[in-house]
Amino acid sequence: MPIETAIRIFILENFLFTDDGSQLQNDASFLEEGVVDSTGVLELVMFVEETFGVTVEDEEILPENFDSVTQLARYVRSKTGEAIPDAGERLSTA
Amino acid sequence: MLVNDFLQHSAERSPDKIALICDGQRLTYAHLEEQTNRLAHGLLELGIRRGDRVAIWLPNSVETVVAIFAILKAGATFTVVNPTTKASKLAFILNNCAARGLFAPGRLGEQAAQLFDTVPSLSLAVLCGKSPPHSHAHTIPFPQLLDTNSPTRPPCPTIDVDLACLIYTSGSTGDPKGVMSTHANMAFAASSIIQYLENVPDDIVINVLPLSFDYGLYQLMMVFKFGGTLVLERSFTYPAAVLKRIEQERVTGLPGVPTLFAVLLQMDLTKFDLSSLRYLTNTAAALPVEHIQRLRDAFPWARLYSMYGLTECKRTLYLPPEELDRRPGSVGIAIPGTEVWIEDDDGNKLGPGKVGELIVRGSHVMQGYWNNPEATARWYRPGRYPAERLLCTGDLFKMDEEGFLYFVSRKDDIIKSRGEKIAPKEVESVLYQLPGIVEAAVIGVPDELLGQAVKAFVVCGEGHHLTEKEVLRHCAQHLEDFMMPKQVEFRDSLPKTSSGKIRSAALKTSEVSETSEV
Repeated sequence: MPIETAIRIFILENFLFTDDGSQLQNDASFLEEGVVDSTGVLELVMFVEETFGVTVEDEEILPENFDSVTQLARYVRSKTGEAIPDAGERLSTA
Repeated sequence: MLVNDFLQHSAERSPDKIALICDGQRLTYAHLEEQTNRLAHGLLELGIRRGDRVAIWLPNSVETVVAIFAILKAGATFTVVNPTTKASKLAFILNNCAARGLFAPGRLGEQAAQLFDTVPSLSLAVLCGKSPPHSHAHTIPFPQLLDTNSPTRPPCPTIDVDLACLIYTSGSTGDPKGVMSTHANMAFAASSIIQYLENVPDDIVINVLPLSFDYGLYQLMMVFKFGGTLVLERSFTYPAAVLKRIEQERVTGLPGVPTLFAVLLQMDLTKFDLSSLRYLTNTAAALPVEHIQRLRDAFPWARLYSMYGLTECKRTLYLPPEELDRRPGSVGIAIPGTEVWIEDDDGNKLGPGKVGELIVRGSHVMQGYWNNPEATARWYRPGRYPAERLLCTGDLFKMDEEGFLYFVSRKDDIIKSRGEKIAPKEVESVLYQLPGIVEAAVIGVPDELLGQAVKAFVVCGEGHHLTEKEVLRHCAQHLEDFMMPKQVEFRDSLPKTSSGKIRSAALKTSEVSETSEV
């Protein structure tokens, strides 16, 4: 499963409480659209760590890494060096 | 003194000083003075008159700051509404105060335009940021009002007993109540706080709290009054970004709530240079004593102020930092120029060790609630002299032998989450709007990060099956972020009194015993 898809499913499910994908554009700012608030970002960090097996440093929790699906996917790729073959499996077995 | 004088006087004293750092911009006092004059002319030309109410439904931004002072310069009264407030509640607020004007984000322009159908008093909506593709007869883009008007100060007929703002707060009945503040109330409260925080023009204060919240709003008011610099952030969503900003701008004052400090204490703060911080302040809910100690260890060079207050009088108490070691659980004494006492249900003043309601007296006691004489009569009562009002806080306190005060509990069932007040009834009303829910009750449960988290208990009617996701989706469509339930528990029935009223107290008791069994 592409990283973007995994992130989208998580956001739709946990912050927008829907499976209607049209409610979330990949480039939309989470802050601007009111999708994620301060406690939501902490949940997003936990999701990224558990799903993609990366460690998120405090100083990396910045809007440029976390404020949209596209930015978050780019950040995850930069941490993992692109290949995350098991991301989809981890999600589907979660 | 008028609230708009805060900006005006600082602009006269230090025109070239940076007043506001926000949205990547650095604005001087002179520039803000001009921008607010231009917008004030624009509002006057569009028919805003002395005493009119104008709502600002925007996140923390340069536009919000300019709008606040322009509305005041036009002689009108502003109210900042939380930007996560949904349309139906916004319409309630606008109708409650018969708002004449509204500032709204351009991306929500369609929703703003629809408000003209439900809010008869509304005659103008100013859209900020990205504007929608279709314009509406009564909407106007914010930049247009700045570009076309004079930068000179319009004549202002306001006097200091006029209303400067309404601040909406949760009421136990479920409907929000607009606390009325005169210019004199705000000028007094701001001066008193500036006095005990010992603010000077060199202070640089960072504000991450919403300007719809009095604690956030007063950071702006105080900084402009003492002529300092305000670093205005959208929120505390990205803590590392805020800490970097503190480092870059050499911030001296950090106002926070327990949730913010709990997040900070989870971080490795040694990665940031926070040595410029002169003071930290906490209010809205009590800091756990353990967090006080850890904050002092993390910021040994900064003074930490534990404070207490409510919108109805802005701030009530503060603990002088030098008392923290001796009485870490206290929120202190009355702020300068005011007095408080504790009394029993019969109105007798109580001495040390006795628990009673905190009563407040002083020029910071606001005027009551807009268009709500019942609630005003319940919380405000006549004082010693004609026209004087005392504030009954609804909060139970006790006092030590030296007169320092300790918060005990609320008298009513208001929930405090992230420092914001939540009326269970408001969340319950939203739950009852969801078809299938026949009974609903909402309580606060302890939460390490939030102070209290909202927990909803619901009973579905025969033949109805709802999932937690469906309930939360419905809530997200109708409630502000901070009111969202964190947990939804489905029950077959809820405990009731003999008259059939749901007993929330029994739900609270069962939660407490479950928690203590774990």
